[in-house]
Amino acid sequence: MSRTEVPAAGRMQTLARNPAIIALFMGLALAGCANKKNMPNSAGELGLNNATPGSPQDFTVNVGDRIFFDTDSTSIRADAAATLDKQAQWLQKYPNYAITIEGHADERGTREYNLALGARRAASTKQYLSSRGIPASRMKTISYGKEKPVAVCDDISCWSQNRRAVTVLGGAGM
Amino acid sequence: MLRRTFLHSAAGLTGLAATVSPAMALVEININKGNVEPLPIAVTDFVAGGDLGQRITDVIAADLKRSGLFAPVNKQAFIEKISNPDQPPRFEDWKVINAQALVTGRVSQEGDGRLRAEFRLWDTFAGQQMTGQQFYTQPENWRRVAHIIADAIYERITGEKGYFDTRVVYVAESGPKNARKRQLAIMDQDGANARALTNSNEIVLTPRFSPSRQEITYMSFEGQQPRVYLLQLETGQREVVGNFPGMTFAPRFSPDGQRVIMSLQQDGNANIYTMDLRSRTTTRLTSTAAIDTGPSYSPDGARIVFESDRGGRQQLYVMGADGSGQNRISFGDGSYSTPVWSPRGDLIAFTKQSGGKFSIGVMKPDGSGERILTTGFHNEGPTWAPNGRVLMFFRQPAGAGGPQLFSIDLTGYNEQQIPTAGYASDPAWSPLLE
Repeated sequence: MSRTEVPAAGRMQTLARNPAIIALFMGLALAGCANKKNMPNSAGELGLNNATPGSPQDFTVNVGDRIFFDTDSTSIRADAAATLDKQAQWLQKYPNYAITIEGHADERGTREYNLALGARRAASTKQYLSSRGIPASRMKTISYGKEKPVAVCDDISCWSQNRRAVTVLGGAGM
Repeated sequence: MLRRTFLHSAAGLTGLAATVSPAMALVEININKGNVEPLPIAVTDFVAGGDLGQRITDVIAADLKRSGLFAPVNKQAFIEKISNPDQPPRFEDWKVINAQALVTGRVSQEGDGRLRAEFRLWDTFAGQQMTGQQFYTQPENWRRVAHIIADAIYERITGEKGYFDTRVVYVAESGPKNARKRQLAIMDQDGANARALTNSNEIVLTPRFSPSRQEITYMSFEGQQPRVYLLQLETGQREVVGNFPGMTFAPRFSPDGQRVIMSLQQDGNANIYTMDLRSRTTTRLTSTAAIDTGPSYSPDGARIVFESDRGGRQQLYVMGADGSGQNRISFGDGSYSTPVWSPRGDLIAFTKQSGGKFSIGVMKPDGSGERILTTGFHNEGPTWAPNGRVLMFFRQPAGAGGPQLFSIDLTGYNEQQIPTAGYASDPAWSPLLE
């Protein structure tokens, strides 16, 4: 079999990581979000809310970096839309961040389908944020399928935590 | 590592009666019967200077036993001790312990350092030799010689090609479920000679053999860019397959080894593409606003089975190799995925999700004759032995544990765990080695 060989080493170099996205530390003394007590997916209620506004910690703690999906669904639920609305507001306030949306599936599916399902969840999340004014050029997506669960157990409540899209400041993706 | 070995075989042995004509053989197994009564077979230690004769016969006996078609007789019951394999055995001594077939042999070191192994298979009730072969190889290939002899015995008695001289690529997994480390690995089909092919913290998935057995295609998240790769087993050289504007996944080779077929993800949709490995040209085969993935060629290369959720849930579809005539073939309850066309062409194996369970099953290429082989919490990803008689798959337990590999007969009987050092998933069976 004759074929054009791409030297492995050289090829790997061209695969080098995306340009590193430098998360700018915004040292602005802005007040935190006003109604953080009611926010889902937020660690603010746990008393962790000493994050500097505009910091990645602020995003994770006070905005909420992830949304959840129903089984085998890629629709943005009402609670997820509320989180994404806050993400959009925050990202518009801090326009120097690019983001990567990671799509994930639970373990109750086959591997290859779940890779595509995670990608579809990331895409629907991206589309929603786009509809809220975040330019597509700031957003990348990546799917991990069922390969990166956050919760490990064997019941429905657990699987529901793994069916998620996580907005990562910076990050990788395509 | 996958160094080609040169095994010379001779059909008969000098100084002995030639093989008996098939019509006279009493010993045979009809493997289409389902749950067959295993054939009692005595595998005697090959005559040798050291313990190599015993090690070889242990591997032969283990292969035959694991097939579910043979029941090796306990060596303790043997009456005759074979000391000269050139002489016919005392058939009465073997009949009386109900060994219907008998294997004798010898291993020796040649002057040039090569290993010489010979065996004879006897029909004890007919009192005749069924076959006899000899092999020369390097001493480190002794396990392969054992597998080749087991294949010869299997083929002579069942009339089907064996599958013991084969390897399996898989994903070796370790660590907790939420921080799992994955490496590509390769082993003999019985779990021996396992070794890692990659060592990085990137996620690697779904390795599959080329028909030449010299390379595998797989998916890696290297550089956070999930894509399909090729890996040359001999050199370890890797390369990306194609330059696609999105995640590529679910790769397999075409039967002629000239193309890789895979899915390309763009936004919410996955479609099926091929890339010609020589010209590097890509061809799009499906074009739907759906997830089309899991493509697998028929052995003649004329058709492709794949899974799609274009009708709502994952179902199996068959199309021509050019993407023409896409027809759904699965219509049972639940969803179907990971289709794999049998090397014999007669069946398609799949994963089925139904009622909260994951099953491995088979159906004919027209969708008829569905049979479920095993059902449980999570069984996934069948791969065919090259003779199309046995399937391997992985089984994931509920909770924090990890997956293990299992094999099962096409009949649904004889489920066996494949021993691996740690967790293992995504097995892919090689063609027969040469």
